[in-house]
Amino acid sequence: MVRLADLPEHEREHHLARIPLMPTFPKVALVPGVALSKRRVALITTAGLHLRGEKPYNGSASGYEYRVIPAETPEKDLVMSHASVNFDRTGFLADVNVVFPLDRLKELVLKKVVGSVARFHYSFMGATWPVTNYENTVRALATLLKQDKVDAVFLSPV
Amino acid sequence: MSAVGHYLEQAGIPTVQISLIREHTEALSAPRALWVPFMLGRPLGAPNDVNFQTRVLKSALDLITRLDGPVLEDFQEEAPPDSLEASASGLVCPISFPKLITEGSMSLRIAHEIEQLQAWHTLSLYARKKSKLGITGRTPSELGAFLASWLDSYPMELKTELELEPFMAVKFAADELKIFYYEAKAMQPSRHSAKSIEMWFWFETTAGDLLIKLREKFARDGDPAFAGLAALSLVPRTILTKLSETR
Repeated sequence: MVRLADLPEHEREHHLARIPLMPTFPKVALVPGVALSKRRVALITTAGLHLRGEKPYNGSASGYEYRVIPAETPEKDLVMSHASVNFDRTGFLADVNVVFPLDRLKELVLKKVVGSVARFHYSFMGATWPVTNYENTVRALATLLKQDKVDAVFLSPV
Repeated sequence: MSAVGHYLEQAGIPTVQISLIREHTEALSAPRALWVPFMLGRPLGAPNDVNFQTRVLKSALDLITRLDGPVLEDFQEEAPPDSLEASASGLVCPISFPKLITEGSMSLRIAHEIEQLQAWHTLSLYARKKSKLGITGRTPSELGAFLASWLDSYPMELKTELELEPFMAVKFAADELKIFYYEAKAMQPSRHSAKSIEMWFWFETTAGDLLIKLREKFARDGDPAFAGLAALSLVPRTILTKLSETR
């Protein structure tokens, strides 16, 4: 459905207007690794998820702050406090996995398709601009991921 | 999302992402991405469809060993049609699903509507065994009263432990009240989709009417924080466009 051609004109224009303002990232060699069946996978979403009772996301800190989601977190404990009202939330209300597929990842590990599930997963609240706001926080997060022996990250936007 | 991928790859961690807007992912040269033809907010495509979600996740993860980036592949399946309705087997809601109340003050109308929806929301807890409420720590009735007071000259304070600035309190109260409505609506016997629930909320409920009126007030009042809320974070762009077409 998110083919820009299918969106109303005002939405299409909104998304297209961003493209000329986007930064150019240097082309770097992608990081190699072992087969998927031996990888340790972490999830990172920009859906603005956090545990119930944690402080919701502050719009002005978007891109600079994240929340930790331990692997054993039950779905019922996850809530969303994203600033944007321009994406669907009915799917999330029915099933967190449509945004943050932790249960699906665990099933792929049981089927030996994936090596293991990371101990910790993470959420940002997207809608940050410019996208380079993420840089320092994500570099710091990379250190935590390495401590957890993560060698594959699945990124899910909203 | 593509920027996060770049910074992780630069730090030595392989990534693969879901792309919802292909043009953005392409412009940012995301390291590895699977574009999916799903609505914004649903990167895995279909709630409560384990097999479909697994196919999306597996298709993305299969790209992780690719080194010929930037990788941008297309997922070939469309998301199945929505069926968001929930049911609590053997239980029937004793209260009729509320219709739009048009008479009385906003605070009375919203209080009445929330009270009528409460039984439907309780049924939703039975059916889904969960709720996504619990961000502000206040009840839907308290959230409704708080929001309605912002149409008056003396707005209430939202008592929470979150130390929220007033405009953020309004924002979180509005979003959380909407969750209550969406969860209750899914229990009404009917076929529901993302679109039908959204249209019902914004055009057939007092809560939708309240948020639209609050947005107009905040846009008029001139306080920069509230004006920002009005411009971006209270009413969806698609709804604003529909409103401008009908007025």
